[in-house]
Amino acid sequence: MKNATKDKQAKEGRKNLIGLGFVALIFLIILKIFPEKSSSVMDVSLFYFKEMMLIFPAIVLLMGLFMVWISKDIVLKYMGTTSSLKGIIISIILGALPTGPLYVAFPLALALKNKGASITNIVVFLSAWACIKIPQELVEFQFLGLKFMAVRLALTIIFVTIMGMIIEKLNKVTG
Amino acid sequence: MNPTAIFINSFVLLFLIVSFFKDKSKTKNATKVALKSLLKMLPVVLIIVILIGLLLGLAPPETISKFIGEQSGWGGLLLIAILGTVAHIPSLLAFPIAASLLDSGAALTSVAVFITTLTMIGIVTLPLEIQLMGKKFALLRNGISFIIAILIALIMGAVI
Repeated sequence: MKNATKDKQAKEGRKNLIGLGFVALIFLIILKIFPEKSSSVMDVSLFYFKEMMLIFPAIVLLMGLFMVWISKDIVLKYMGTTSSLKGIIISIILGALPTGPLYVAFPLALALKNKGASITNIVVFLSAWACIKIPQELVEFQFLGLKFMAVRLALTIIFVTIMGMIIEKLNKVTG
Repeated sequence: MNPTAIFINSFVLLFLIVSFFKDKSKTKNATKVALKSLLKMLPVVLIIVILIGLLLGLAPPETISKFIGEQSGWGGLLLIAILGTVAHIPSLLAFPIAASLLDSGAALTSVAVFITTLTMIGIVTLPLEIQLMGKKFALLRNGISFIIAILIALIMGAVI
C-alpha cells in the first residue's frame, strides 16, 4: 500500500517535470515569435513567482507542523455525532485544520459515518477539508485581500451547512 | 515584503517555535515533510507562473474580459465554473491564478466561482468518494457544491 502510493507520487513527480519542460518550451517559442512582449511576460512571471515564494515555504511548514501534531485519531475522537450548532462548528474546525489532501479525508469521513456522525456533520467536515483549510485561507488573504477572503469564507460556511442539512434530509427520504 | 506576507510568516514562525520547544523530533519531522512537499510543488509553481506570465503578458485584457469579465453574463460564469470543476490544480495555486485573472479583467464573480468549484469539487477524487461514501452521497455533495459555488460568487459580486 505504502509502496503503491510512493510509486504513484514518483510518477506524478515525473509527469510534473515533463509538463514543466513542455510549458517552458512553449514559453520560449512564444517569446521568439513576440520578442517585443517578452519583457512584460517575464515581469509578470517574476512578480507572481516572488509573491508565491514569499509565503509558500511558510505555508507548507504550517501544514507539516499540523501533520505531526494532529493525528487522525484526534479528529475521530472529537467529531460529534449530533448535528447541533456545536457539532457543526467542531466539524468545520476539524476539517479546516491543515492535515492533508482531500483523498485522506474520505476514509476519515467513512470512519466518522461508522462511528455514527450525522450526515450534516460529515458533509460540513468534507467541505471544510476541501475549501476552508487554514493554509488556503492564508494564501487567499495574500493574493485576493482580507475582504475577499473573509466574505467568501463566511458565505462558504453558511452554504456548506445548508448543503449538509439538505443532503441529510434527502438521505432520510429515500433511505 | 508586503504586510500580509509578514503576518503569515510570523504566524507560522510562532507555531514553529512553540512546536520546537514542545518536541524537537516532531518539529524536525515536520520541517522534513514541508521541505519535501515544497520541492514537489516547485515544478507546478513554475508551470503556473509561466502560464500566468503568458496570459497577462500576451492576451489583451479585453479578450479575457469578453469571456469572463463583467459583461460576459451567465455564459462566462458557467464557463469558468466548469473550468474550475474539471481543472486539477493544487488548491494553494488556485489563488495566484485567481489574482492574475482579476488583474487581467476577469469579473470578481468569475474569480470567486473558479476558486470555489476548484477547491470544493473533485472530479479526480470522485471515484474514491463514490467508493467510500456511496454514489448518492458523492453525486449530491459535488452537484450541490456546483450550485452553491455559483450562489456564493453571485452574492460576493453584489456585496464587494
